[in-house]
Amino acid sequence: MGFMDKLKNKFKQNEETEEVSKKYQEGMKKTRHSFSGKLNDLIARYRKVDEDFFEELEEVLITADVGVTTVMELVEELRMEVKRQKIKDTNGIKDVISEKLVEIYYGDDNQEIEKLQLQENGLSVILVVGVNGVGKTTSIGKLAHQLKQQGKNVILAAGDTFRAGAIEQLEVWGERADVAVIKQNAGSDPAAVIFDGIKAAKSRNADVLICDTAGRLQNKVNLMNELSKVKRVIEREIPDAPHEVLLVLDATTGQNALNQAKTFSEATNVSGIVLTKLDGTAKGGIVLAIRNELNIPVKYVGLGEQVGDLQEFDANAFVYGLFADMAVEE
Amino acid sequence: MAFEGLADRLQSTIKKITGKGKVSEQDVKEMTREVRLALLEADVNFKVVKDLIARIKERAIGQEVMDSLTPGQQVIKVVKDELTTLMGGEQSKIAVADRSPTVIMMVGLQGAGKTTTSGKLASLLRKQHNRTPLLVACDIYRPAAIKQLETLGEQLDMPVFSMGTEANPVDIATKAIEKAKEEHHDYVIIDTAGRLHVDTNLMEELQQIKTTVKPDEIFLVVDAMTGQDAVNVAESFNEQLDITGVVLTKLDGDTRGGAALSIKAVTDKPIKFAGMGEKLDQLEAFHPDRMASRILGMGDVLSLIEKAQTNVDEKQVKELEEKMRTMSFTFDDFLEQMGQVKQMGPLDDLMAMIPGANKMKGLKNAQLDDKQLSHVEAIIQSMTKKERQDPSIINGSRRKRIAKGSGTSVSQINRLIKQFSEMKKMMKQMTNMQKGKKGKGGFKLPF
Repeated sequence: MGFMDKLKNKFKQNEETEEVSKKYQEGMKKTRHSFSGKLNDLIARYRKVDEDFFEELEEVLITADVGVTTVMELVEELRMEVKRQKIKDTNGIKDVISEKLVEIYYGDDNQEIEKLQLQENGLSVILVVGVNGVGKTTSIGKLAHQLKQQGKNVILAAGDTFRAGAIEQLEVWGERADVAVIKQNAGSDPAAVIFDGIKAAKSRNADVLICDTAGRLQNKVNLMNELSKVKRVIEREIPDAPHEVLLVLDATTGQNALNQAKTFSEATNVSGIVLTKLDGTAKGGIVLAIRNELNIPVKYVGLGEQVGDLQEFDANAFVYGLFADMAVEE
Repeated sequence: MAFEGLADRLQSTIKKITGKGKVSEQDVKEMTREVRLALLEADVNFKVVKDLIARIKERAIGQEVMDSLTPGQQVIKVVKDELTTLMGGEQSKIAVADRSPTVIMMVGLQGAGKTTTSGKLASLLRKQHNRTPLLVACDIYRPAAIKQLETLGEQLDMPVFSMGTEANPVDIATKAIEKAKEEHHDYVIIDTAGRLHVDTNLMEELQQIKTTVKPDEIFLVVDAMTGQDAVNVAESFNEQLDITGVVLTKLDGDTRGGAALSIKAVTDKPIKFAGMGEKLDQLEAFHPDRMASRILGMGDVLSLIEKAQTNVDEKQVKELEEKMRTMSFTFDDFLEQMGQVKQMGPLDDLMAMIPGANKMKGLKNAQLDDKQLSHVEAIIQSMTKKERQDPSIINGSRRKRIAKGSGTSVSQINRLIKQFSEMKKMMKQMTNMQKGKKGKGGFKLPF
């Protein structure tokens, strides 16, 4: 039984998974087409596994924004594997490539979905950070909606006091999700807003407090310090909080996403990633690089504009979506 | 850091080559491989990289590089030439319609920075061109997008036209232009909603706005951090809307910005402006040549070399070397030397051209002030001829006089004299070292 069949079977196990994988397939249609399409094309064009083949394989992966370092490592491993298994033609290498890719996604850990770390009892605080325009506020809105649906008492704190219209934007999401939004005037100290948010969440016995922050480029030292301060305020009020620090990344971002993940982690100890805008033609290969180089798990992916399109990251479904074309052909 | 500059990358390859009498084709191939990786790491699209590498290889295998004594530097030069050619010249002009108002439409993906850029552009038009723009809020989809533009309008004290979220964007644009005519606005900037280039319905909406209001400019706003997908986005928006220019945003981040090259290559439309910060006046004309250096991850070494070559007279350098050897370097020589440095341009620019200078400790926050140079100049010019030849005669009362004459303080003069004597000591050491090596022309400006 080939590797793809194994994957396929895994998904046929229950209907719920099937539904999830359908959403992924839909959302990642363009991604999948271009990525695995190219891989198939590559395999068809080269009969022999030689240096030219590897060079082109490198390019395919780089085009998916996987990241040069990761690609180099992967291709090096493939070279060894080809030698070891004495693979001569490109058809034989197909499975090996997929297996290696999957290995990077999963790492050595078990293949469990990494869920949001929420407290069983009492208040959980989620801090949301990222550069400008990645979709922090939108993701918060969708997340709030979903948590509310699960029966949680959610409060939002409008910590983006800088960007014009940011507070109003969060308020609209608050109305849509029917959750309270704690805010101050534009231009006020974000740490103070978050402090208010914690106070309100405590007094109203909320289950989850989601803190929005202003977008900031990671090389702006002052703004990163401001973010550390926000985190310290949370820590001071609730010792083991924030329970999650979610870094929102735009899937269209290239290599700089790694820099973002590194620098934001230094400032706020990022515990998970929300990968947005995966419904475009962006390849999402950055997920590979992030998991491989930084070992920060991806917790959510944005697969569309609808509230339900923010999905828990499921590496299995993600890989399946990426390789669905290949699985069908086999 | 994962991204070393191209110069560093090439260094290791070159090390292998030095010592060989001639550069082989294989060596060039290895070097171009490094160039390829550097460009890919900078997010230049791989197709664009491929074309570039083909051209670079051709030139590199030719005479230019093979016969050169410094093949590494020659390769960098060839690469930069090719990149600069591809990026094209500077073009930050904005169209002016025959009949007012001139209409500018802003389009792009979600989160690229259209609304902020609209505000910045309006501010730039008013400040630099003395125009009276009208901002138009056509983003009816994203929550509070209209509010965002209105707030920007308030901050800029500029009118914003909006019809709420119930109206159709095409109607909003049409009505806005009528209003602009009535109120004699000479520019109309239409902020549209962010959308995916593959979203047929929303792209159609843009086409409708386009055919209805017939904009004079359509600016595609692109995030400088965009990866390989930049080509798809740019190609698609250009095909469907025939854009007239590009605005690159968030260029104040630390991305290498290879997307700029990709976009230019696939659309052949000029990148006109760059967003350089969060403040509303931080929209600048785009400099293609600087971008080329940035993508390569190196300062503008070449222009620095060129500048130094044109501004420093060979003969003067020889004379100076002689003086350094004989320890007869005086304040007069110092003054002359400073003049040469000044000719090369503002100090800040010079520093920016030195690769790695921005990473050096201490230099990072050093305020390189051209004024300081002027102060030094004034001090020396306030000295008598005798004092310039022999600083040791400058006693307390002479110092006071010089301070008065140059409008500085005695402590500044003390500092300069001390620095000067230290410099002389250093020069002596340097020339001694050179004698041992018997090298020639190793002279470097003591700055």
